[in-house]
Amino acid sequence: MTRVALRHRLAERGVDRHLWLLLPGLACVLALFVYPFAYGIGLSFQPAEGGVFGAYRAFFADAYQRDTITTTLGLSLPAAILNVAASVPIAYRMRGRFRGKRLLTTVLVVPITLGTVLTAEGLLNYLGPAGWFNRALLSIGLIDEPVRLTNNYWGVFFSLVITGFPFAFLLILSYLSGIDPTLERAAATLGAGGWQRFRRITLPLLAPGLATTFCLTFVLAFSVFPSAVLVGDPAGSTRVISIAAYHAAYEVYDYSLGSAIAVVMGVVELAVVAVVLGLRSLLYTGSTGGKG
Amino acid sequence: MSRARIVASPAAWLIWGAVAFFLISLAGVITSVVVNSFGLRWFDTWLPQGWTTRWYSTAWTEFGLFDVLVVTLEVAVLVVAVSVLVGVPASYVLARRSFPGRRLVYLLFLLPILMPPITYGIPLATVLYKYGFAGHLAGVVLANLVPSIPFVILTMTPFIEQIDPTVERAARMCGARTHQIFARILAPLLIPGILAASILVLVRTVGMFELTFLTAGPDSQTLVVALYYSMSAAGIRAQQSVDAMAVLYTTSMLVLLVIALRFVNPTQLVARVKEEPD
Repeated sequence: MTRVALRHRLAERGVDRHLWLLLPGLACVLALFVYPFAYGIGLSFQPAEGGVFGAYRAFFADAYQRDTITTTLGLSLPAAILNVAASVPIAYRMRGRFRGKRLLTTVLVVPITLGTVLTAEGLLNYLGPAGWFNRALLSIGLIDEPVRLTNNYWGVFFSLVITGFPFAFLLILSYLSGIDPTLERAAATLGAGGWQRFRRITLPLLAPGLATTFCLTFVLAFSVFPSAVLVGDPAGSTRVISIAAYHAAYEVYDYSLGSAIAVVMGVVELAVVAVVLGLRSLLYTGSTGGKG
Repeated sequence: MSRARIVASPAAWLIWGAVAFFLISLAGVITSVVVNSFGLRWFDTWLPQGWTTRWYSTAWTEFGLFDVLVVTLEVAVLVVAVSVLVGVPASYVLARRSFPGRRLVYLLFLLPILMPPITYGIPLATVLYKYGFAGHLAGVVLANLVPSIPFVILTMTPFIEQIDPTVERAARMCGARTHQIFARILAPLLIPGILAASILVLVRTVGMFELTFLTAGPDSQTLVVALYYSMSAAGIRAQQSVDAMAVLYTTSMLVLLVIALRFVNPTQLVARVKEEPD
């Protein structure tokens, strides 16, 4: 009798046999994501030497390792900002219906299929000293000698733009299509010009979407690894934190340090995401509060 | 559209100019690889000095591309099958039910997508090595499941929400049990969604570099990883045959993506995916 009552009470709160369907998925995430993560965090506190925080101390004491954080942020923040900032006006212009929109969207999706290696090869060929880009600039007479755009900061930056921009663009386009066009028409009726409509109506409504897009683009750019090795300067100006983590774990076989760097990487990334999302909540409540 | 263009002419020109510049550069990047993969010798000229398809056959034999393709296919099919089998029931519960701890479960499923793969890939690979999975096909499949299951859940949720719950209730009234409802009612209605999710997971798995790179052994490399190794060991291989391999990779990805786009509208899908982090 009590068993039936308990089951009944649970069912009223939404707990019944159907929740078993969740179990396989939950088990996979727990076994393959949560447990390894916890294991990694545990490992990072058990270095071969230096006590509990030895691995972290080793990372932050060594300038060569520590600077990977600034290098990574120096690459991923500008790339993410540029991708989002460039997508807004382009998506704003493309939010209506026009001929060839589907084609243009498809063309912009193509870079997602390129993969890091083809992008890297392409950038080396196209932007290299004897590539078409430098050749074109030389023949116009804009420059006297080839500009160095590969195997340094700019090569990685361009590869981040090529892979990140289509992603940011698609997200922002879908956000913009979600904004009710009648709002803007109402503003136009009240006499608002094009810029005012964008500044006062669309932008505040788009702001939360911009923050989310920025976060996702930033995560993509922050985890840059293959292109930093292939088109960058992996020992110097583009030694990003994922290279440091990989190097520690799989070339030096110091799993403790490798896990510690991975943890630092996750913390830095989540900190940036948290700051942006925090700013977003400020922005959003501010603009809605202003209306009342 | 035309009215807006007249109002803001210089800005419009600037924007379309930027789009054109991006597309031209993109075309340059892709064409240069394609041209190089067919070129005989290409040093200081606009175009190569001669044309050949030799690099493709070289790439095929030198890199053992057949084996690599078989491994890629095996990994992709296994990951798709498992993540659909595991993800669809979970997304059904998450889309239809409200229960204590639902938000926590949702967050748990979202985290793998929000974290950079390297961050959880390194501890995951360490654990997989500890239990002897890594270095084999099983390890690669297990590692790739981590982002794939959440991705299936997020993709499937809108499809499940579209199905009218009264259909299920009617089936239950007629005496169908849960597994019958799944097999006879939901599965047929969900076929488009399952196809879309499968193809997207397929594209993601074939393109997933970091996790495969960290867990693959010499006989369980997928195409991306083989490509990376062949390029980072440059100097040993002719650059053109690496390019030929990259072209093959991109062509297959493009075919997959075009198929995927027939089933899903990219802007809608991304909108669904991104709404969840809120």
